[in-house]
Amino acid sequence: MNLAVIPVAASVSEWSDSFLERLPLFARDWMTSWLPEPWRWLVNSLLSIAVILSVFGLLFAYVTLAERKILGRIQNRPGPNRTPIPFTKLRFFGLAQPFADGVKSLTKEDVVPRGADHLLHFLAPVVLLAFSILTFAVIPYGRHLVPVELNAGVLYFFAAGAATELAVFMAGWASRNKYSLLAAMRALAQLISYELPLLLAWVPVVLVAGTLSTTEIVAAQSGWQFNVIPHWYVFTPWGAAGFAIFMIAALAESNRSPFDLPEAESELIAGHLTEYSGFKYALFFMAEYFGMIALSGMAITLFLGGWHAPSPYLEFIPSYVWFMGKLSVLLLGFIWIRATFPRLRMDQLTRFAWKFLVPLALINLGNAAFWSLSLHWSGPFQILRWLISVLVVVGPFVLLGRKLSAGVAPRVYRYAV
Amino acid sequence: MTAALVLIAVVTLATAAVALSLRNLIHSALLLIASWFGIAAFYLWAGAEFVAFAQVLVYVGAVSMVVLFAVLLTRRSRADTVIAPDSLARAISAVITGVAVFGVLVAAILKSSLGRLSPAGVPALPGGTSVSPVISAPTATVREIGIQLMSTHAAALIIIGILLTVALLGAVILAAQDGPESKQESP
Amino acid sequence: MLGTGLLQGLGVTAKNFVGSFHDPARLTTIEYPEVKTKLPEAYRNFPFLVTENATDPMGTLRCVACQICEKECPPQCIYIEKSKDKKPDATGKPQLFPAIFAIDTSVCMSCQICVEVCPFDAIKMDQVYEIATTDRFSALLLNREQLAKSNAYYHEIHPTEAAEVDARLAAERKAAEAKAVAAAAAKAAAAAAKLAAPVAPKTPAV
Repeated sequence: MNLAVIPVAASVSEWSDSFLERLPLFARDWMTSWLPEPWRWLVNSLLSIAVILSVFGLLFAYVTLAERKILGRIQNRPGPNRTPIPFTKLRFFGLAQPFADGVKSLTKEDVVPRGADHLLHFLAPVVLLAFSILTFAVIPYGRHLVPVELNAGVLYFFAAGAATELAVFMAGWASRNKYSLLAAMRALAQLISYELPLLLAWVPVVLVAGTLSTTEIVAAQSGWQFNVIPHWYVFTPWGAAGFAIFMIAALAESNRSPFDLPEAESELIAGHLTEYSGFKYALFFMAEYFGMIALSGMAITLFLGGWHAPSPYLEFIPSYVWFMGKLSVLLLGFIWIRATFPRLRMDQLTRFAWKFLVPLALINLGNAAFWSLSLHWSGPFQILRWLISVLVVVGPFVLLGRKLSAGVAPRVYRYAV
Repeated sequence: MTAALVLIAVVTLATAAVALSLRNLIHSALLLIASWFGIAAFYLWAGAEFVAFAQVLVYVGAVSMVVLFAVLLTRRSRADTVIAPDSLARAISAVITGVAVFGVLVAAILKSSLGRLSPAGVPALPGGTSVSPVISAPTATVREIGIQLMSTHAAALIIIGILLTVALLGAVILAAQDGPESKQESP
Repeated sequence: MLGTGLLQGLGVTAKNFVGSFHDPARLTTIEYPEVKTKLPEAYRNFPFLVTENATDPMGTLRCVACQICEKECPPQCIYIEKSKDKKPDATGKPQLFPAIFAIDTSVCMSCQICVEVCPFDAIKMDQVYEIATTDRFSALLLNREQLAKSNAYYHEIHPTEAAEVDARLAAERKAAEAKAVAAAAAKAAAAAAKLAAPVAPKTPAV
């Protein structure tokens, strides 16, 4: 990992050099200190890749378990709790369930239709997973923990994310199944529709921070107002709106409920995944969860202040712990949303994206521009600035909401008595 | 450094050439997408990060979708369509046209600032001053690109924006016109 | 306003989640096989033969091999063979007993008709459901020894029914005894009268 040059005053705090913060760097140096100079860079990169794969692989496994158990509890049932830890009889709340699922998907027969395009059928999950993992490279996980320091980090992230849509098409076409193809087209339409709000949601952040580099965006959110309220962008009006739009678009981009039309069992069997079984199916789901985790990580970086602590008195807790904490909260939010909302229909989905989210995101961009231009207004004008900003967020939301739901009334159920 | 450039060039040109010669149209489209990745790699080699990622985002993320949708929605028969030239005269004139375009492009590149290499191997501007070498550490940060786009090249940006808006409106009108007519035809 | 319904929905699921930890109404799962559901008393699944006590099951069967249940069973899954000899039953009266009593549980539909027609309260409905076997044919044919279960067991699974049956049987036994006593007394009185009569000469009324 790069020893990122932390840019100027704002983010250097007295905890920056504490032992816990530098612990990963000490570990890395201890492991590679005996290597000659030119090899050290290569081994460092390989080490960071290995750490990311293992940490986020394990996180993926336990997010699936947490999802099943939390979904179960919300639905008045316990969720999986029977899988014993191997070679023992201890069941311990089903903690070994993800590994049982892994073994199951590995040992299932890999069925490929005879007329399918074998090369593309094989490549689709590979491409999807490769680009999903590539997106992890620019997220700052801690004060000194960025795998790759890129000047245009945010753009790299979304470019790699856009390339994953190709794999969806490949999966649908290679199956030689007209229903898979139709479903792949619908999935692509969903992905393209929501890419626009996703990209428009972070443009205001780049506008205010003045940079596309993820580490600099995190550094721009350091510090506290009156030592209580952090400078995170989510605590500004345009930031809150941008965060909401980003999260909704992230739900849609990772095919998560309530936008999980492509993978619903009642929609054209399993959509573009119909002809996939065993490990390839598991790879698709791994890619979906990785996408979810990466988008949450990017949301934390852009809006929630990255690895910053919410209060100056809590800075003794290392930065990567804060990042993981925020990531857990966002992932639990994803699971909560999945448990609550019914699935959106295709036309509702696209209408929501184009007629509601895109105009709001564009208005948000204007709002952020106004915010950054009015940065130096004095004293009482600051209240006016906040008022105008909040009005520009709430006003169009209410008006657009009212206009779009004008012809739609709450459903009245008449039962045959 | 040169080895990387040669590798990127070989991959890009090879995938493009194979894409032109394959019978399966979807495979051709996917290999074309691979060649776009090669171009993005070339931008990265040249140090233009922003352009490289924008290339991936726009071409692989969006234009590829357009190409694939177009191929899928306009296929007449099954995948294998043999595209052979109609006659020898047509083939020869095709080769001549290709060579002519190549010649024009090479001439244009050589006439520009990149073509006049000073003895130090650094491209020279018409005024005689030299820009910083493109192969070393990039000075074109995103901030500078933004400033340049908004000040020096603002006119070009706005014209491209208008062009894209016109294209979008045209597409919407073309797509929307089918609706009422077909509704009137059906009883 | 747009979005209030969404927030209300999120509140409902949150309430369910939090409630599942402390409120039994919000976590209704019964984790079989560690915890088994409390079955209603009237639940029935396959019949069994009632024996008076558990120590001598074959000797104290209430069944007298009258074969009424065999004839009434709709899928004809009961097979009875009478014994050759008689032995005394609970009231002391010598009765036949079933030498072979077999029920084919792969055919039995638990309709309870055999229970309804039995005059001796000898066959009652059991509540077993964990009787899966690996042998589809011979293991599903239950014989007399497998079907015989004690009255105490009957009290366990159908307490009110068993109490009612026991009360009725005890009353019948008492009535029978009382009748027997009265009959014996009457017989004794008649015998005594017969003995006394020849002593007294037949003289005309004075």
